[in-house]
Amino acid sequence: MENVTNQAGKALKGENSNISGFFKVIGKWIARYGAQLCFLAILFLVLAFSTTTFFTAKNLINVMRQVSINVFVACAMTMILIAGGIDLSIGAVMATTGMVAAYMSLAGIPFFLCVLAGLAVGTIAGLVNGIIIANTNMQPFIVTYSTQIILRGMVYVITAAGTVRLTSEAFLNFGGGSLGPIPWPILYMIVVIVFSVLILNRSKLGRHIYAIGGNPKAAEYSGINIKKVKIFIYTLSGTLAALSGLVLTSRNSSMQPSVGTGLEMDAIAAVVLGGTSMAGGQGAIAGTIIGAFIIGFINNGLNLMQMDSFWQYIVKGIVILIAVYMDFVKSKKLQKGK
Amino acid sequence: MEQYLLEMKNIHKRFPGVYALKGVNLCVRPGEVHAILGENGAGKSTLINILGGILQKDEGEIWINGRNEEIHGVLDARNYGINIIHQELVLVPYLTVAENIFINREETKHGLVDFAGMRRKAQRFIDELGLEIDAGQKIDALTVAQQQMVEIVKAVSFQARIIVMDEPTSSLSDKEITALFGCIKTLKARGIGIIYITHRLNELSEIADTITVLRDGASIITKPYREITNDEIVKYMVGREVTNYYTRTSHPIGEVALSVKNLSSAKVHGLNFEVRRGEILGFAGIVGAGRTEAMKAIVGLDEKTDGQIEINGKPIVIRRPADAYRLGIGYIPESRREEGIFPEQSVGFNMVIKVLDQFIKGVHLNKAKETEIIQRYIRELSVKTPSVDSFIKNLSGGNQQKVVISSWLASAPGILIMDEPTRGIDVGAKAEIYALMNDLAAHGIAIIMISSELPEIINMADRVMVMKDGRITKELLHDQLTQEEIMKYAVDI
Repeated sequence: MENVTNQAGKALKGENSNISGFFKVIGKWIARYGAQLCFLAILFLVLAFSTTTFFTAKNLINVMRQVSINVFVACAMTMILIAGGIDLSIGAVMATTGMVAAYMSLAGIPFFLCVLAGLAVGTIAGLVNGIIIANTNMQPFIVTYSTQIILRGMVYVITAAGTVRLTSEAFLNFGGGSLGPIPWPILYMIVVIVFSVLILNRSKLGRHIYAIGGNPKAAEYSGINIKKVKIFIYTLSGTLAALSGLVLTSRNSSMQPSVGTGLEMDAIAAVVLGGTSMAGGQGAIAGTIIGAFIIGFINNGLNLMQMDSFWQYIVKGIVILIAVYMDFVKSKKLQKGK
Repeated sequence: MEQYLLEMKNIHKRFPGVYALKGVNLCVRPGEVHAILGENGAGKSTLINILGGILQKDEGEIWINGRNEEIHGVLDARNYGINIIHQELVLVPYLTVAENIFINREETKHGLVDFAGMRRKAQRFIDELGLEIDAGQKIDALTVAQQQMVEIVKAVSFQARIIVMDEPTSSLSDKEITALFGCIKTLKARGIGIIYITHRLNELSEIADTITVLRDGASIITKPYREITNDEIVKYMVGREVTNYYTRTSHPIGEVALSVKNLSSAKVHGLNFEVRRGEILGFAGIVGAGRTEAMKAIVGLDEKTDGQIEINGKPIVIRRPADAYRLGIGYIPESRREEGIFPEQSVGFNMVIKVLDQFIKGVHLNKAKETEIIQRYIRELSVKTPSVDSFIKNLSGGNQQKVVISSWLASAPGILIMDEPTRGIDVGAKAEIYALMNDLAAHGIAIIMISSELPEIINMADRVMVMKDGRITKELLHDQLTQEEIMKYAVDI
């Protein structure tokens, strides 16, 4: 009898500590991402009240679908920025993979082979970036900027600046379809997020990423294989850019040679909005996701408000600047407090 | 009575935790070369930084040309005719000699920089000193010796009355040194007073008129050079008080753990030594003798040009630090902040970064095990930190060092290289680090300790290798260890 109550008591306690643990995590999140969450909430409320179309299930799912494309690449970009690097090539990698897959699909090759080939092309592009950056002293900025230009040029040459139409039903379903009510890209996004969080928070590699961004010399002295880490993150960035490119191509039901232009900047903005330092050593996927949603809401909201697309650029730039400034002010306070 | 160019009287300077200058007196006459001698940390740099306006004195007076003056900054110093030529030259490599001499006071003609005029003027300064340098050459085309001459020319062009030279011969060849001394004689003839800092006692007979020995932040003796011998100077230099004394316990010394044969790199030449399990092998020498460079060559940070390394009697190859890590060689670098810690990360992160294998398999992280490792070392090394999640940068130097040491201990190294393990650490924490080192040696770890503090190395080391100019000049056993013996082989007498 005593035993039973004891067990029950234990179970109760266990549940309690689980709940308090949950609140602790939430508390930590609010402490770290308060500025971003506030901003996201304000943005949400403004859009919900100023438009009739924003706060509908259809639109919100649509926003998530758009956000997913940014999240794929932003997750890899988070790791790269934490490690003290940058990848400017991802927009062009998207176009390249989309083009390869679209042409293959056009030639009647089965859809899954097209997707695999696309992913392979992106992975190789990332691998090349990684190998160059890991083995030379060249700046990641200039290396990936160069590969961006080369790939974009190749896409224009091969497509002769023309659009490639997609007809394969399976391929169109890859980015445009859904599983029950949930669109495929949202499911991919969840997989990518879980994968990235596991890598960064739970694996040796993750610690090494923080270490080489935090102090490359100390990392080297600690016996960390810096080259391996760098090659991994740039390769992963290429693979995820390929995924973005394939989803984009599928959703547009065609591949335009200009697809993905400037998306590397959206990814970087999402990561930095999420509090990851461009100086390296600090950051997390959670922040990046919030950052990606802020950018997603801005893009979607400005469209819904039917703002002129040139004006959208101006507003988007200003809003991002304000959000980053809010985080900057807050982290400065945090730094002083700790 | 002859007029002094410069009189520094009873200069005091305190830093947080360090009393760097405790009443230094220094007088310089026109046309005199006044050599300042002292061990590492005796206060030479602090003194010349005060003279150059980089640091401010806490107490004391500085008289220049018979007038009590305050030096508030670098510009003040220059206006009083004081010029310092630092050991690390600070010329802009991509500009010409003339542009460097006139940097920040460029001559102009019609609002544009008058390059030709500047070059003519610079060439005149150079010629007056009897030097063979083309004022139109780029700095990076010059040798170190020539660059030094440019610094001297620059000083002269500022109408310098006092020129401070900080170890000017440390990277010069014999021929270049002769040229430099020739130049110094020209400056003397012009009545310029020269403060000459050096570790090379054998140079003194060539140029020094007067010497002052600094020790523990105080001027110990000032004498005309002809009235003192180099052996006496060494005695004055090393009579340092032995503070924070720590007595090691004796324990048996085991097999050879690391054996280095004929090791050479760009910075060190033909090093031979071995260190045994349970032994603390000291590396003594002045700053720049090549001790750190020797360790960097061993762990694969600097490229080896020759030599072999054996661990436990087996020849091995170390190409990069990751190899050294795998072979159980721990390296605790000298500059903790730049090379030792991950400042923006937590204490816990720093402690376990080298032993992630012990609690991470794939993406399975054993949090309990990680916490256990961290807690164990916090306890064993009594690391004082508000929590394991605190940023390591907010800890005191001593506690940061303990975290770095424990991060290596966790990886159970057989050989631990500690470069200046107590630099920038307060007295209490120093004693704790010594006790820890003693304990590690007792547990059979072979320790190599680089230290510039002679009392520390004499107390801690079983054996000492003395280095000078990239070579080992002497091996001293524990009972031969005295400050005089070490200094004898560390500097040129």
